[in-house]
Amino acid sequence: MNFFKPVLILSFAFLAVFGEATLSGPRHWLGAQIDLLPAVMVYAALKADIVTVSLLSVLGGLGFDSFSANPLGVSILPLFVAGFPIHVRRDLILRDLPFAQIVLGAAVSALVSALTLLLLLNGGKQPLIGWGSLWQWIVMTAGGAAATPLIFALFEWCGRVLGYRPHSEIGFRPDREIRHRKILK
Amino acid sequence: MFKPKNYLALGAVVFVAVLLLSLPTRATARLKLAVGSWFLPLFGLAGAAQQLPADLADSVLPRRELLKEIDDLRRENQQLKEQHIQSAAIARENDQLRTLLDWQRQVPWRLKLANVVMRDPANWWRTIQIDLGSRDGIETNQPVLTAEGLVGRVSAVSYVSSQVSLIGDPNCRVSALVENATHDMGVLSAGGPLDSSLVQLSYLASSANLKPGQNVFTSGLGGVFPKGIPIGKIVDAESIEYGLATEANVKLNANLGALEQVWVLFK
Repeated sequence: MNFFKPVLILSFAFLAVFGEATLSGPRHWLGAQIDLLPAVMVYAALKADIVTVSLLSVLGGLGFDSFSANPLGVSILPLFVAGFPIHVRRDLILRDLPFAQIVLGAAVSALVSALTLLLLLNGGKQPLIGWGSLWQWIVMTAGGAAATPLIFALFEWCGRVLGYRPHSEIGFRPDREIRHRKILK
Repeated sequence: MFKPKNYLALGAVVFVAVLLLSLPTRATARLKLAVGSWFLPLFGLAGAAQQLPADLADSVLPRRELLKEIDDLRRENQQLKEQHIQSAAIARENDQLRTLLDWQRQVPWRLKLANVVMRDPANWWRTIQIDLGSRDGIETNQPVLTAEGLVGRVSAVSYVSSQVSLIGDPNCRVSALVENATHDMGVLSAGGPLDSSLVQLSYLASSANLKPGQNVFTSGLGGVFPKGIPIGKIVDAESIEYGLATEANVKLNANLGALEQVWVLFK
């Protein structure tokens, strides 16, 4: 089994969570922080196996919640619920088209944030919600949509640069080489 | 499509999520700290990366500018020394008067500087992480402030870092006092999700005499925040609940969106 893709996806998720917690540029300019985990989940659901999708949900969700005031584990289910159906139906999705990636990124980003809030409210928590949350939701959805094709491109590039190259067959076979020496005799 | 492997993964993830969500609060807090420690190596990297531009800027700053800055700092230092002497005299006098009246003596504040290392990645909470933890003597519910005013309180502590719930977060409510003739008191609660500089002052009496620009301080009630820490200024007020109560918007003195260093107050 090749562990390159799962390791790459999980490492990126690890860095994405750290980046979201340390870089507050989008929060200053747009009023909301953009979550990259849903976009990574779209890539994992379309291009990796179910174990990677599960690991991304669990480890990504845990990492996100460890920096947040969210109860630990609340982000796991929304990520998995968004990624699982995509993974199951991935053969029916035109995964290499940027338009499909953008639509999936938007849908998953919107779904993950809405489901997390629903879980929080269901668990008796009182998150900061108001009319401004609608704007934040739009920013997160648009941010996720824009980030998805970029993440696809980044992973493809990383795969090309760091991964194993496919073994290519060449026409030359040593057993079919004409032995000039015999002919010369 | 419906492979057993998929169902197995679905079951495993649901089991892990339900297990984590049903853990007792103490166990969850420990687990959170353990997960947070995965990111410790990146803390150092981020700190070094943030320091690099400042170091570069320092190395290319002209000498004349540095000398001017030193001059300004000397002048400011002199003013602060004079103010310190005055306030020490006032504190001594205050102590003497308190002794005469048989009142309890006021304990001076002890402050510890902390760097803000992270912000809550979720948009529905308003918390930050600081680089002081239990090894530095930090405990939950310690007030956190800047030179401008109150910022919040410590809500969770790990060995090397702590989480601070900022004013305006649903988990940080502050009993506040308005600086006016009637000394109206209320509770600062969550503000809007977009503007972190505005918070609501609720539970004010219907007869509250609020005007824009009046200062708001901590009241000292509740046992978390000592009395007299500046919080902000009244922006506007309105009568609510058919005139039974008053609610006001308060503009915070501290800029919560641009916090880099904060003080943790030790009682």
